[in-house]
Amino acid sequence: MSTELPEPPSKIELKAGVGGGGEIPTFNITLRVRRYLPETTAEAYWEDFKLTMYGTDRVLDALHKVKWDHDGSLSFRRSCAHGICGSDAMRINGRNRLACKTLLKDLDTSKPITVEAIKGLPLEKDLIVDMEPFFQSYREIMPFLISKGHEPTKERYQSVEDRERFDDTTKCILCAACTSSCPVFWTDGQYFGPAAIVNAHRFIFDSRDDAGDMRLEILNDKEGVWRCRTTFNCTEACPRGIQVTKAIAEVKQAILSRTV
Amino acid sequence: MQVHQYDVVIVGAGGAGMRAAIESGQRARTAVLTKLYPTRSHTGAAQGGMCAALANVEEDNWEWHTFDTIKGGDYIVDQDAAEVMAKEAINAVLDLEKMGLPFNRTPEGKIDQRRFGGHTRDHGKAAVRRACYAADRTGHMILQTLYQNCVKHNVEFYNEYYVLDLLMVEEEAFREDGTAYMQKRVAGVVSYDLATGELHVFQAKSVIFASGGAGKVFKTTSNAHTLTGDGMGIAFRSGLPLEDMEFFQFHPTGLAGLGILLTEGARGEGAILRNSEGERFMERYAPTIKDLAPRDIVARAMANEVREGRGCGPNKDYVLLDLTHLEPEHIESKLPDITEFARTYLGVEPFTDPVPVYPTAHYAMGGVPTNVETEVLQDNNTTIPGLYAAGEVACVSVHGANRLGTNSLLDINVFGRRAGIAAAKYAADAEFVELPENPEALVTAQLDGLLNSKGTENVAELRKALQETMDANVQVFRDETSLKSALEVIESLRDRYKNVSIQDKGKRFNLDLLEAVELGFLLDLAEVMTTAALHRKESRGGHYREDFPNRDDENFMVHSMSYRDHNATTEGIAGIRMETKPVVFTRYQPMERKY
Repeated sequence: MSTELPEPPSKIELKAGVGGGGEIPTFNITLRVRRYLPETTAEAYWEDFKLTMYGTDRVLDALHKVKWDHDGSLSFRRSCAHGICGSDAMRINGRNRLACKTLLKDLDTSKPITVEAIKGLPLEKDLIVDMEPFFQSYREIMPFLISKGHEPTKERYQSVEDRERFDDTTKCILCAACTSSCPVFWTDGQYFGPAAIVNAHRFIFDSRDDAGDMRLEILNDKEGVWRCRTTFNCTEACPRGIQVTKAIAEVKQAILSRTV
Repeated sequence: MQVHQYDVVIVGAGGAGMRAAIESGQRARTAVLTKLYPTRSHTGAAQGGMCAALANVEEDNWEWHTFDTIKGGDYIVDQDAAEVMAKEAINAVLDLEKMGLPFNRTPEGKIDQRRFGGHTRDHGKAAVRRACYAADRTGHMILQTLYQNCVKHNVEFYNEYYVLDLLMVEEEAFREDGTAYMQKRVAGVVSYDLATGELHVFQAKSVIFASGGAGKVFKTTSNAHTLTGDGMGIAFRSGLPLEDMEFFQFHPTGLAGLGILLTEGARGEGAILRNSEGERFMERYAPTIKDLAPRDIVARAMANEVREGRGCGPNKDYVLLDLTHLEPEHIESKLPDITEFARTYLGVEPFTDPVPVYPTAHYAMGGVPTNVETEVLQDNNTTIPGLYAAGEVACVSVHGANRLGTNSLLDINVFGRRAGIAAAKYAADAEFVELPENPEALVTAQLDGLLNSKGTENVAELRKALQETMDANVQVFRDETSLKSALEVIESLRDRYKNVSIQDKGKRFNLDLLEAVELGFLLDLAEVMTTAALHRKESRGGHYREDFPNRDDENFMVHSMSYRDHNATTEGIAGIRMETKPVVFTRYQPMERKY
């Protein structure tokens, strides 16, 4: 519940240089993009673009610069451009990240910055993959609240602690950075993958939900949680900071404590 | 080309589209056409909350919410619509909770509520806790919850299908007084499948437009790259009016230079704005509710501080959002995302340093006119059978000249639901309207024109020039000179647009082509917005004319209705006809708007 705060002072001394500032530096980068244009060439290939970028620019800005100033055929998904919509997960310097949340200045700009599509999903064009298998796994874990008994006239009550229990996994934006960073998923596309398990977790540990057992049964499948080898790639890849591996472990634990 | 048949086709899969789909999908054969995967929609970027007078933490009632909405919109809100929205807000929140939305909770386990700009107790006495929220990702939770429930109800989605044309027929009809007029009827839509480049015609008894806003006409905006006003643009080109397009909201707290949204909920939780002198300047502009004044007032105050020389930074071009007096744990639990934005994008640690902010183009109050049943109007008195609109694309009008924070998440839920029910009900009794011959002809010609163009103009360059002139001339402060200069640029860009070419000539995932199409919509909408702004010679809500600084109820207490009309000229702009529509009053008389 919102706490009552004293009124802040009407005037304060600001620290010198507050808000940062100064000229925004520019720098040169080489963006090395894994291209795949199935209508013109059969094979994927690397293409380098030399760009001058600004201090606050992100990888997405560099991709836009290529598309808008150099080569309009470069294709990638993006929408919100600030890490909320989950459109622009890609492999940047070999690691899954959102292009809109990765600042160029945080990368080693002395070397080419490599950008390629996420792995494990069918490649369509340049940085675009077919997301359907990913969403199929998501749908299979029944990602919606299932509640038995009478519907209350007002809201269901839930304690602050019960709400907190699954807070972390509600942050998922379905960008597929985790699932497509998972070595098990790369070799076995049937594996549900971390994102589906994260979304199952979000309901299994919601005190309002009554279908936890059904979801645990689904994930107890041979393509379920037991395929996870705890490599933590998913946790490192998550742009929302979700403790993915921990969530998977909690689901494993729930299956065990249920069957014991 | 393929032809599909559905009872109901919904264009857009943000909050309004999916809320509609949950209703219509259970009642009628429904397809949702969306240019993005549903969970990519910009509803997910909304942060602060959704207001409803639940009175869970303090006394409140929906009538106060109605009043705040009307006053917040500077009295050009249709009062019947505001009443519907405030009244149905309560069930809209409860419905979401029942669907599974994880709201933050009070110690008793009820949905928690917090303060938000312009939402007050007892007609302006003090700020009230009305916004139901889930940390600072309420929109994300709404989008996810609605998508989850669409999955639950097996709603059929056509992902990455861009709707590019609305199919309507016209037939002679007679009004009650015997006069003849041309009645439009909806037949379906034409869409472009991004993956294959194929056109798909969807014949439908009902069509719901829920395609969102047009923030990308501006350079500094909280809006996604994909918010290019396609739905408004299609409606306008089809001869439908656009209402109140001069009213565009600039959200006070965009990250300086980037426009990324920092929720008003931050101020709801106690953050305040300061200028370069460290002064909490909102005390001067809105003595009663200060930093929680409505967005138009705060945005103008910020812009004014900057132009009077009290801006911060090397170029003195922003002010500061100060959270440093708040408890870090409090910020961390209530505002985790926005503090991360400040760290990620500006390298500022909000626990210890104030965050640079400046107004960012945020929300179109205007749009496709509808009545409270979400039926689209072809003129002031005539609805189009089977055509509905809800959410930012629509103008009901519940937001008037300035939308209150949280009322957009409310709008999409209340009117999205209404649209889904109404569209399914209409489809149950209606027959399909026969498709016109070669229904895809217009879109084919447009796309082929772009694909085969040998022109020399570049899409990105024109778009940048458009966005820059809109930021410079049609932002928080406007006057005749700035608006005319914007129109001059827009007209020249519209001319140059005829000569654009694209590089990608392929069929698969040709986003180059679609960016060119989207630019066409942006140019049309920028022209309408600016012409309407020039036409409204008064200041009201988000539309502030320095040459007409006062509200003029005598001449301008009316909605504007812009039509594409090749025989008309408005404010020197050929092809636009400007009419007016009366504002609906129920019980609130216009008063001076003070906070």
